Amino acid sequence: MATTTARTLLVEGQPIALDPEGYLVSLDDWSESVAEALAADDGRELTPAHWEVIAVLRDFYQRFEAAPAMRPLVKAVKQSLGEEKGSSIYLMQLFPESPAKVGARLAGLPKPTNCL
Amino acid sequence: MTTFSDMETVSDVETVPQDLLIVLRHPPHGSQWLREGLDVALVAAAFGQRVGLLFQGDGVYALLKGQQAGALGQKGTHPQIAMLEMYDIDTLWASETALAERGLSADDLMLPVVPLNAEAVAECFALHPHALIF
Repeated sequence: MATTTARTLLVEGQPIALDPEGYLVSLDDWSESVAEALAADDGRELTPAHWEVIAVLRDFYQRFEAAPAMRPLVKAVKQSLGEEKGSSIYLMQLFPESPAKVGARLAGLPKPTNCL
Repeated sequence: MTTFSDMETVSDVETVPQDLLIVLRHPPHGSQWLREGLDVALVAAAFGQRVGLLFQGDGVYALLKGQQAGALGQKGTHPQIAMLEMYDIDTLWASETALAERGLSADDLMLPVVPLNAEAVAECFALHPHALIF
């Protein structure tokens, strides 16, 4: 399925193509600098707490070839980072609006399909 | 090797009925039926519905170990099957006849399933007013 490029973001001199919803057109484009640029573009700043959730998201995609909806994201975070962080409140604080969607975008995953 | 005939046949559906029963009757690849059925199961579970899956006919092939991606780099359905537990979908039934007809035993499958005999399959349908068949 061809994804249309809505705009590009310049990261370290390289144009990075984004789809109309701001997700990467090519998932291979992802790097930590790209994640930082995507976050900055949103007016967000990534802290170590964000990075560890991004790592969980990327690991989830490696294992299951899909970006998680909210419930499985909470479960995956609980499994990797412990009971305390595996809560929707914690994730909502890190990624206001929608942790599953915003997190997937910053982690360079496609938009979660099971998440409306 | 454990075969399903060695296992005690479940004559009644022991697990409490789920909110939604998804019946999967198509094998991986060749059509979108299996993927669509699994997608519906995952969406329902993402919204907090308790989902039970029943594998019938060639649908039992969805559970086979050692599957690979499809031709032309298409995604397979096995990662979706592996992902079920992350969506808390752990009620998996399979037709005992379908497994036996295809010579499949518990060792051939990625996940443990509860084999149901014909009577139990009928009961399973009777217990689930909401069933979607793929």
